[in-house]
Amino acid sequence: MLKEENRIFKNLYNEHGWQINDAIKRQDWKNTGDIISKGREWIINEIKTSELRGRGGAGFSTGLKWSFAPKEIGSRPHYLVINADESEPGTCKDRDILRFEPQKLIEGCLIAGYAVNAHVCYIYIRGEYLNEGKRLQDAINQAYEKKFLGKNACGSGWDFDIHIHYGAGAYICGEETALLESMEGNKGQPRLKPPFPALVGLYGCPTIVNNVETIAVVPTILRRGGKWFASLGKPKNTGTKIFCISGNVNSPCNVEEEMGISLKELIEKHAGGVVGGWNNLQAVIPGGSSMPLLPKKICDTITMDFDSLIQNKSGLGTAGIVVINKQQDIVACMARIARFYKHESCGQCTPCREGSGWMWRILDRVAKRKATYNDVNLLADVTKQIEGHTICAFGEGSAWPVQGLLRHFRKEVDSRCREEPIIKKKINNPYLVDQHLLENKNA
Amino acid sequence: MSLKKVHDKQPNKFEFNKKNLLEIDIILKRYPEKNKKSAVMPLLYLAQKQNDNWIPLAAMKHIATLLSMPYISVYEIATFYSMYNLAPVGKHFIQVCTTTPCLIRGADKIVKLCKEKISPKESEISKKGNCSWIEVECLGACVSAPMIQINDDYYEDLDEKNTTEILESLINDKPLKPGSFRGRKNTSPEKKFSTNGEKHA
Repeated sequence: MLKEENRIFKNLYNEHGWQINDAIKRQDWKNTGDIISKGREWIINEIKTSELRGRGGAGFSTGLKWSFAPKEIGSRPHYLVINADESEPGTCKDRDILRFEPQKLIEGCLIAGYAVNAHVCYIYIRGEYLNEGKRLQDAINQAYEKKFLGKNACGSGWDFDIHIHYGAGAYICGEETALLESMEGNKGQPRLKPPFPALVGLYGCPTIVNNVETIAVVPTILRRGGKWFASLGKPKNTGTKIFCISGNVNSPCNVEEEMGISLKELIEKHAGGVVGGWNNLQAVIPGGSSMPLLPKKICDTITMDFDSLIQNKSGLGTAGIVVINKQQDIVACMARIARFYKHESCGQCTPCREGSGWMWRILDRVAKRKATYNDVNLLADVTKQIEGHTICAFGEGSAWPVQGLLRHFRKEVDSRCREEPIIKKKINNPYLVDQHLLENKNA
Repeated sequence: MSLKKVHDKQPNKFEFNKKNLLEIDIILKRYPEKNKKSAVMPLLYLAQKQNDNWIPLAAMKHIATLLSMPYISVYEIATFYSMYNLAPVGKHFIQVCTTTPCLIRGADKIVKLCKEKISPKESEISKKGNCSWIEVECLGACVSAPMIQINDDYYEDLDEKNTTEILESLINDKPLKPGSFRGRKNTSPEKKFSTNGEKHA
């Protein structure tokens, strides 16, 4: 369990106040100028030593990502973009950082901005977090007043400005290139990679995109040393992480813990246990809705870190843990997730645009006991056709949860199916009609 | 992709008021001069705020001229993002989160209450004319499930009893204070457990 002295987010529940003076009492903005004066290479190396992996879902090495930015500013300016478009079902950690630990994020922005040669930083907040955005703006204004931002920020000789940009309710804008498209004033549809944003990003300029939590832990890592951060958690899965525990638990909460903590300990110690006791557990979605669910058998022993979850064909993702107990209809739960993906698909790639609708309709039929065994085979096939055949990872994100359901709950799914379709009459649909108009009738 | 219908009764003219014109100057300064197209999303928000929480086509045309963009690009953006309302909504606009984490803690019961108290159909203005509701996807407050958003504020940790109170307060135009309705401090773990099916919706 995480020791109090190693806790990074001391004000996660706003017990000590979010204002800049309270934050300074919690050691924020201490020696920031000195840290920056040690130079880019030192900062990036220290982050590499800490083995910090991105907290937004993919778990890519942060130090490595920063080192991709060109070493010198060429003809084009560099940008730092913070991804605060938190919309993964089950995840609500960034909201608390924006509300209660804004100075950690702002200080992190300055250091990261310096490390990747950016003078301007944009924070892309999801539109629904309007109040959180206002709070962050207040915090940014306070930092300007203290001369921590602006010209010669924090006495470092580096000019740095932060702007907030609101999204407008599109899940896909959490994908980094879709986010950049959205910021440029286009529809949020992902771009083909390569070129990666580190070389061609916002307005065609080198851009580093990082999650809120990743940037907010940077100042503490640099103050206490990369080795300290690396000593927490497990090798290659180091440090602390905010876990969001929701669903059928007795006291759902956000909590910061060491990486590699066992799932059972996390749920029993912090979230008051599963409703109805541990034996009443049916399944857990370990990392936001995109990650395949885990049945109780695996939950008994699994530890929460990137690598051990990948070994079990799931992933840590954003560490949004959704606990589902035996009173819930697991197929209906996953059908609702499939509906989410159908609603949020940006419509750019055909496999995802059409496939996400197929998956929802079939799962909905299964939940209503109207599907056939053939439907389920088709469902399995559709997930395979989406996975890997789309521009961005949304395809995988929508297909994996369904694959997880079929992998672990095939018996449950099959038990609701029948040999012959209920409606034998062939439905006479005109060719090339809008699927959206038909789905209610045929679902 | 969200399916949205443009309202059939459209005003002929839309212009930003003085306060918003000053605001637009501030917004434009955030982006490089040649990339002022970036301001289209904040400007659509301003138009929506000025026009009783929905965006008429005239406003899109106006924004297109302001940012030297083709009108269709602005239209494309206004229809792509789900938070831009293209038809009038109630003065109290209720968005009920119904994605899985909220669903397994009883979001369907909240939807049922909305149907009873506000209007049987989504996006339909209530009888008294001051409320409307819709189902939305994850609002990012999963540990406070089930929850609803009313205009800009989050109402969290709901159950059937306090949802009824909230909805009635809106119908009577005296909205309750947002936040947790189980009296907990933000997203901290509670000492007093709230069991499934009893203490939440």
